[in-house]
Amino acid sequence: MEPFRTFEGLVCPLDRTDVDTDQIIPKQFLKRVERKGFGECLFYNWRYDENGREKPGFVLNQPRYTGASILVAGDNFGCGSSREHAPWALQDYGFRVIIAPSFADIFYNNCQKNGILAIRLNEDKVEALIKAATEKELALTVDLEKQTITGDGFHETFEVDPYQKEMLIKGLDEIAVTLTYEDEILAYEKKHEIAR
Amino acid sequence: MKPRTIIEKIWDNHLIRREEGKPDLIYIDLHLVHEVTSPQAFEGLRMNHRKVRRPDRTFATVDHNVPTSTNRETKDPISKVQITTLEKNCKAFGIELADIYRPSQGIVHVIGPQLGLTQPGKTIVCGDSHTSTHGAFGAIAFGIGTSEVEHVLATQTLWQKRPKTMQIKVNGKLGAGVAAKDLILAIIAKYGVSVGTGYIVEYTGEAIHELSMEERMTVCNMSIEAGARAGLISPDKTTIDYVKGRRFAPKGEAFEKAAQEWLALATDEGAAYDRTIEIDANEIEPQVTWGTNPSMGASINDTVPDPDAFDSEEKRESVRKALDYMDLKPGTPIRDIPIDVVFIGSCTNSRLSDLRKAADVVRGRHVRDGVRALVVPGSQQIKKKAEEAGLDKVFTDAGFEWRQSGCSMCLAMNDDVVPAGKRCASTSNRNFEGRQGAGSRTHLVSPAMAAAAAINGRFIDVREMAPVH
Repeated sequence: MEPFRTFEGLVCPLDRTDVDTDQIIPKQFLKRVERKGFGECLFYNWRYDENGREKPGFVLNQPRYTGASILVAGDNFGCGSSREHAPWALQDYGFRVIIAPSFADIFYNNCQKNGILAIRLNEDKVEALIKAATEKELALTVDLEKQTITGDGFHETFEVDPYQKEMLIKGLDEIAVTLTYEDEILAYEKKHEIAR
Repeated sequence: MKPRTIIEKIWDNHLIRREEGKPDLIYIDLHLVHEVTSPQAFEGLRMNHRKVRRPDRTFATVDHNVPTSTNRETKDPISKVQITTLEKNCKAFGIELADIYRPSQGIVHVIGPQLGLTQPGKTIVCGDSHTSTHGAFGAIAFGIGTSEVEHVLATQTLWQKRPKTMQIKVNGKLGAGVAAKDLILAIIAKYGVSVGTGYIVEYTGEAIHELSMEERMTVCNMSIEAGARAGLISPDKTTIDYVKGRRFAPKGEAFEKAAQEWLALATDEGAAYDRTIEIDANEIEPQVTWGTNPSMGASINDTVPDPDAFDSEEKRESVRKALDYMDLKPGTPIRDIPIDVVFIGSCTNSRLSDLRKAADVVRGRHVRDGVRALVVPGSQQIKKKAEEAGLDKVFTDAGFEWRQSGCSMCLAMNDDVVPAGKRCASTSNRNFEGRQGAGSRTHLVSPAMAAAAAINGRFIDVREMAPVH
């Protein structure tokens, strides 16, 4: 996993609440056996009409957001299905940071496992970011070490779980970390008579 | 000792390591695997030369994209690759697989309980958000992403933040003709799709304890639709009776011992929850969703709401978008909504008792002209039992399609798709935009309400439909 320290990028606003993972990546794209290449399917049903033409009204299709890498969205982002294809698609498209008032639990974990920083920020602040990014080009710098979001008059701090922060900053392989506790896992299995 | 909830008891029983400032490392007793969310996890193991730590605690099936037609081989080359990839992975890593030709095949959350793999007190995970279903047995069961699937395959553990506990107390009794599905839909309509975020929910109260195991599975299944990764019910005699005699259940004396331990897991008198919310069962009527998330629902005798009646601009906007997508006008009686497709199936409502309740409505009647109605049993075993009871004939005589088991039209990864612009009365769990096919419109209902809608061509209060003899 690529380590995450500071990141600078263009903001794309998605002014919707309860965005479910079926919207982030519809089921017809879950049949692949690889992790790569899902970016083109991101928000497919919102991005394209039934003939595969871009819908000009959708934010990702507006030229001003080309190259955006920070997504700002409404409450309860990523609800529904556990499909990790959702963060894979966001990442493959180019998003590295997602900011919302709240995230669904499984989606939040899935982001962290893929080096995407999901930041919870209170609703007023998210609204202000969405408004600013709608009115003009908004670039922000996210510093995970200092837990700050800065740029264009914004200076916000955010909370992050210390464990998740460490995993992201170091870009650690979680399985390798867990396997260092192999003895404890074995001891647990023995104690609970979980026979091999 | 301080009184504890069942959630705390099971969590503590599975704790391997706890350290300040870190999530807990917990042991996973059972890992269920299916074709869609596992290929990248197995690939990760291969790349790192890792093995599956406990193939004996891992069980796989194919359900999400398998055809439900008589010919069970998929014609879709991409789905085919996913299915054969799971077959190869199970063979290579020594995991038992219920493939399409086995009598044990079915929806992963249907066959776990059916085989007795699902037991009280266990920690159960699967790369599928409806893993919460297994909580019905008094287990901590939750959905995980593919990276976590790989982590469990390699280590049989997960790093998890200790969850907050929530009690959803259901007072009183459900009325006649009101189903477990109506109960969970009413809870979500009242409290919203994110009330459970960060919590594990325990359902308590008289109405819950009167539910059968299959009804409890329906309730726990949709915990995730309220934002809770896991929802459970303390085990009681109903639970023990259901588990007894199943293939993977303990046998003889070992079962009696286990049963005592399971009953002792029930929440202690006086245990505290981080939050408690309540609902009165006797006030609940048959439910129909009108919007694009499971909280956008109403009683059968209500009307489609007016966006302007909601208390925040955010809600008004989201209701407007939902009604636009659903092509519904505020004030329309729910009963006036015509339907094109009826789907009876999914991990929420495809068990034998669900099919029986639908069949009781259908018997002696016929599906309305122009409506396509299908029944997809949750597993091959349910299909067989239903056929032994003659239910298949009740459905086919009435004009329903009687199909093979799988997830089918719940998420339409196979050929069972609701066409764009068409409206489906569905016993599944999600009414998200495009869930049952691009442009499709989903109304979530109970099996009896779905059956009634199939006969009537539009929604009707199933309590008004007397059986035909």
